[in-house]
Amino acid sequence: MIEFRIDRRSGVAAYQQLVSQTKHALRLGLLQPGDQLPTVKEVVATTSINPNTVLKAYRELELAGLVEGRRGVGTFVSAALTQPDADQLREELAGWMKRAREDGLDREYVEALVKAQLDLHYEGE
Amino acid sequence: MTTIALDATALTLRYRRGWGLRDCTFQLPAGRISALIGPNGAGKSTLMRLATGLMRPTSGEIRVLGQVPGKHGANRQLAFLGQDKPLYKGFTVEEMLRAGAKLNPGWDDQYAHRLVREADVPFDAKVGTLSGGQRTRVALAVAMGRRPELLMLDEPLADLDPVARQEVMQAVLAEVAETGMTVLLSSHVIADLDGVCDHLLLLSGGQVQLQGDVEDLLTQHRVLVGSRELVLPDGVVEARTTGRQATVLARTSNAPGWDNNEPSLEELALAYLRSAKKVTA
Repeated sequence: MIEFRIDRRSGVAAYQQLVSQTKHALRLGLLQPGDQLPTVKEVVATTSINPNTVLKAYRELELAGLVEGRRGVGTFVSAALTQPDADQLREELAGWMKRAREDGLDREYVEALVKAQLDLHYEGE
Repeated sequence: MTTIALDATALTLRYRRGWGLRDCTFQLPAGRISALIGPNGAGKSTLMRLATGLMRPTSGEIRVLGQVPGKHGANRQLAFLGQDKPLYKGFTVEEMLRAGAKLNPGWDDQYAHRLVREADVPFDAKVGTLSGGQRTRVALAVAMGRRPELLMLDEPLADLDPVARQEVMQAVLAEVAETGMTVLLSSHVIADLDGVCDHLLLLSGGQVQLQGDVEDLLTQHRVLVGSRELVLPDGVVEARTTGRQATVLARTSNAPGWDNNEPSLEELALAYLRSAKKVTA
């Protein structure tokens, strides 16, 4: 079982935070097929968010085929979330970062560059 | 079950001097948590009193779960918890629940007791000796003991410390998750309602300034920052300038040249409240 944390100042919609925290836990293997997600009541009782927000997040996870709602029982993980092997990409990125550092780019500038590329290539995600 | 919990048409209450509510038309959807936001004297409590039937409108109409209040006695599906949290100080918690059982047809005694137990309030304690948070939890148990379809809370968090505020809110939300009841919650502390409410009714000077689904409203509005020389977009709610810079809140999706962001609930509400104040001033 995982516990959600809502950051109200992040500017990210609460349901989106629930979705991404669940996916994050799936990626890290903290959640595995068959595991139960906290009930709506449990989530609102720990995070003080609207129950409809939790329902919306769980619906989205269900549509993505990651979880399955069982009426009167709860919501269960139905699929693992694994990413394709990224070793080579990681190495390339490390090399790029090293060059950026050597060329004297400061951290904030690099962050801005990365974010701009993320926004460009992952538009709307 | 109706899909509209509260339905007001040109609802007006006139006091001897001034208006309590003036020509308010709005609908609150069932199964949702609606925020009633406005400054002191905006008409928030008046609106709730009209819904309970404790007061009658001068003109216009309000329907509570499809019925006009007062015509068939107080609506049994409606529970109202006023700002003063009416409890008998000399009663014990147990006696308070017994009074609730006597006064309310359709009372669910087991449920009311469970709510008090979950709040860790001793049944034999005198109401007058309880902390603010505990008193609110007992008042909530009495209000929810008859399992209402619609729960109206007038400033339920005022005069509570931060921990109690959170506990009370979480208790209400947990029951909403379980029962699906509709809630109308008033507060002038907007931060308390952020993330909690999914529908908004903004009152100022007895009039509706803004209403709708919170998420829709947030995506329909933009906070724009830019040079004051820029052309203002359509739908400006409030524009402020400091030096060469302008900060604008507008109901628009198209504002070329401006740095544009989605507002927070607080930014949205405050912009409407400030601009309403300017108009009436």
